[in-house]
Amino acid sequence: MRSARKWLVLVSVLAVVAAACGDDGDGGGAGGTGGGGIEPPVTFSEIGEGEGALELIAWHGYTEDGTTEGYEDYDWVTPFEAESGCDVNVTYADTSDEMVTLMRQGGGSVYDGVSASGDASNRLIAGGDVGAVDPAVFPEFANVIAPLDPEGGTNNAHYVVDGNVYGTPYMYGPNFLMYNTEVVSPAPTSWADTFEADSPYAGSVTAYDSPIFIADAAMYLMATNPDLGITDPYELDQTQFDAAVDLLKQQAELIGSYWALYTDEIDGFVDGSMNIGTAWPVNFSYAELDAPVDAVEPSEGMTGWADTWMISANAPHPNCMLQWMDWTMQADVQAEVGVFYGAAGSNVNSCAAIGEFLVDAYGEGSDEFVSTLRYSNCGDADFLNSLYLWKTPQVDCGDDRGAVCIDYSEWTQAWTEIRG
Amino acid sequence: MESRLARILIKGGTAFTLAFLYVPLGIVLLYAFSESVGQAWPIDGYTTKWFGIAWRSQDVREALSHSLTVASFATIMALLLGSAAAFAVHRFSFFGRNSVSFMLVLPIALPGIVTAIALNSTINVLGIPFGILTIVIGHATFCIVVVYNNVVARLRRTPTSLVEASMDLGADGWQTFRYVTFPAIRTAIVAGALLAFALSFDEIVVTNFTAGSTLTIPKFIYNNLRLPRNRPVVNVVAIAVLILMLIPVYIAQRLAGSGGETAEARTQAEP
Amino acid sequence: MAVTADHGDAGAGRRASAFLFRHPRAKLSLSLGGPLAWFLVIYIGSLAVLFVTAFWYLDVFTSEIVHGFTLTNFRTLWENDVYRAITLRTVGIAAAVTVTDVILSFPLAYFAARLATPRMRNALLIAVVLPLWANYLVRVFAWKIILTPSGFLNWLVEMTGAGSLQLGRSNWSVWIAFVYLWLPFTLLPIYGAFERIPSSFLEASGDLGARGWTTFRNVVFPLILPGVVAGSIFAFSLTLGDYITPELVGNTQFIGNVIFDNVGVAGNIPFAAAYAMVPVAIMAVYLLLAKRAGAFEAL
Repeated sequence: MRSARKWLVLVSVLAVVAAACGDDGDGGGAGGTGGGGIEPPVTFSEIGEGEGALELIAWHGYTEDGTTEGYEDYDWVTPFEAESGCDVNVTYADTSDEMVTLMRQGGGSVYDGVSASGDASNRLIAGGDVGAVDPAVFPEFANVIAPLDPEGGTNNAHYVVDGNVYGTPYMYGPNFLMYNTEVVSPAPTSWADTFEADSPYAGSVTAYDSPIFIADAAMYLMATNPDLGITDPYELDQTQFDAAVDLLKQQAELIGSYWALYTDEIDGFVDGSMNIGTAWPVNFSYAELDAPVDAVEPSEGMTGWADTWMISANAPHPNCMLQWMDWTMQADVQAEVGVFYGAAGSNVNSCAAIGEFLVDAYGEGSDEFVSTLRYSNCGDADFLNSLYLWKTPQVDCGDDRGAVCIDYSEWTQAWTEIRG
Repeated sequence: MESRLARILIKGGTAFTLAFLYVPLGIVLLYAFSESVGQAWPIDGYTTKWFGIAWRSQDVREALSHSLTVASFATIMALLLGSAAAFAVHRFSFFGRNSVSFMLVLPIALPGIVTAIALNSTINVLGIPFGILTIVIGHATFCIVVVYNNVVARLRRTPTSLVEASMDLGADGWQTFRYVTFPAIRTAIVAGALLAFALSFDEIVVTNFTAGSTLTIPKFIYNNLRLPRNRPVVNVVAIAVLILMLIPVYIAQRLAGSGGETAEARTQAEP
Repeated sequence: MAVTADHGDAGAGRRASAFLFRHPRAKLSLSLGGPLAWFLVIYIGSLAVLFVTAFWYLDVFTSEIVHGFTLTNFRTLWENDVYRAITLRTVGIAAAVTVTDVILSFPLAYFAARLATPRMRNALLIAVVLPLWANYLVRVFAWKIILTPSGFLNWLVEMTGAGSLQLGRSNWSVWIAFVYLWLPFTLLPIYGAFERIPSSFLEASGDLGARGWTTFRNVVFPLILPGVVAGSIFAFSLTLGDYITPELVGNTQFIGNVIFDNVGVAGNIPFAAAYAMVPVAIMAVYLLLAKRAGAFEAL
């Protein structure tokens, strides 16, 4: 009886372990092959009847439903719910890491879709977590800004892989330099004050708390240390990577605190603990309500993000998701998001709509702001092409160096070292 | 028996600890009435509008209903299995007894994130869909521990002579349980159940990894605390839950307290 | 004698209970079978899977998790100083939090156990347990609001003219938040320990000529030690694995943050699992020592 119990314990434990071992690709969901030649797990080529519900993962500010205090007029969710009958439920995430973790839960059967940035989208595509779509299903693809166009676009590698289109382009924007106009003077034109050891603002510099920020350091080195030969801040070989990491360790001395929660940066600028650093347009929109801040495009360039609504390969409500994707490609929807968030819509017609809104709200001539940094230079294809959009760093450099670049998992470990 | 100085220090320390516990809650209460959404102190204006908004919010109702469901199920499972385990460990001496009692401390002793990613991996592997069921599974694991601890502690304070006397007087196992054992541990069970319910209602780490997209009160709070404009609603929800729970906590404490006193009196009466 | 057992009713219930009485092992299996099965399959099984995962590795070329045995994860943890630094920082804060909570618990626990009237005792215990109902996140956020430069604490300090205290997001804030969060968990076992000391011991000690402090050191403290250690288990382990509080009110990394970060886009579950073994190992040692101190009986 005694040894029977012992064996019972052993066998039960082994059974569970064996089940885990037998299954290829566990909680990480990394089932597909990385690199070239990916077949989409499923391709959606028509939109059917809605299932009545929709589970989304989104960045804050991308799914306003009129419940945000003080911004009740911004609502592009309720009209969608009325028209489609799909009841929308949103889970917010602060980083792409969180988005991928959430998306992979239950083998992709928990959430229908995600507003993925380029660093998450490639990983999700490679992992077989998202399905491809037939662009013919979405008429608005005809109006997508040129760099993001699936046909011949120059900046679409984050959602178009091997000719397969893995989602619908939504908003894009830069990670610009935000600063407190009363403390930082004269107005900065370079990232130097956030990276160089002799920065006069040491102790109140801030940076985005995510491994993807290493690309910002690499981008700075492109301008300040051309000998390194960096051409793509996301594809770094060991030497280039080490240089970027060293720069960030130097920057860590200047940092007051990092921000991962976007509200932390807003609070930081408002209470004065942060005075200069990288920011999202939505942070700027909120912060300027309570603090004297301004944003600028530094000479070394900017990283940015182009977000795509992606549909889970095992979506519980695929038709509702497809209807949402179609809805969010409309110019007027993207215009509303653009005004609220500050990002630019990938639908070129949304810029004109933003201009109209501004004229209504602020009078003649204010539609000029549409093409400024405040609204991510809406409609400016060259500007979009100048941004180093977030994408997943992979071992395959994508050029003639071969497979010598540093993978994102090492970026994560390096970031742990930098943060200390 | 304690010196004057000692009494003063003890009373002072007690007051300080109570203030430490309640001043932050008082501040949350004040912010729930704050006019503006900012978090600067002192507060500018006061209003009760957030209570109305919270009451009308569909998310709040959904989260509340899910939390209550999960906590109830988890507590029931914990009561059944935790008490059973407590009896087994207390009454019988068997192989692996020490291991079992050690194992039953683990869910609370091990860091939440370890439990969370371990359960998440297993749920993925077994292909169970995420939802109320998986949350209950996750919560029940540490709720069992809480009930087990409470019941076992009380059993240790209950003299076994009572059970033997009952048997001597002709009662069978079931009658002994009903008339002798159960009254002695009843309050411990209630205290354990209450603590288990509280833990489940409040849990966020394991829930984040086992809930999928199901909304519970902690998840609602987690989502909305990051939206600067929605923080006041969160404060309202927190205060409302706190006040609502005052009654059950009071009742449970009365029960647990009185049971404890009787047991102690018995212990002291023994030579 | 009012209550007599009903000898005439030899129904199924009685037969069953008689059977169980004569076969204690069946009773044991029945009562322990449920919980044991539950624990084995779900909990221990999950932990076992996690443990095995720590020895797998992430193939960067295919971004798949390879089910082969390797020690690379552990080697990285050992060779790279930052993980040691983070572990030490986390353990340090956990220890500080535990000690603070124990010290804060003593006065109230003693008062409630020995000096208070039964009514006051009940009120105090309710008062200690009630904050647990205010939700973990809200309590952390309360401190976030209080500790910001424009918050309550700084306002208070500046009002007294003693300069300013801008804790903001820092390790100090993390320490305060954790102390606040786990205080009720630490207090209850310590209260239980104080309650169990028979008054006769204290009186005898007094009779033998010992003054307050001596009595405390030689009589009270050894008796309450198991309860103190039991309470400390909660404060220590809950701090060790937490990642939400450091994220909200801190600006340095803790063990939990590193584990959490490796689970996302990086998909490096093996590395996360390997690092998760560190707090598990620390707690295993802690629990072993706690058991020696008799803490398990005092939970």
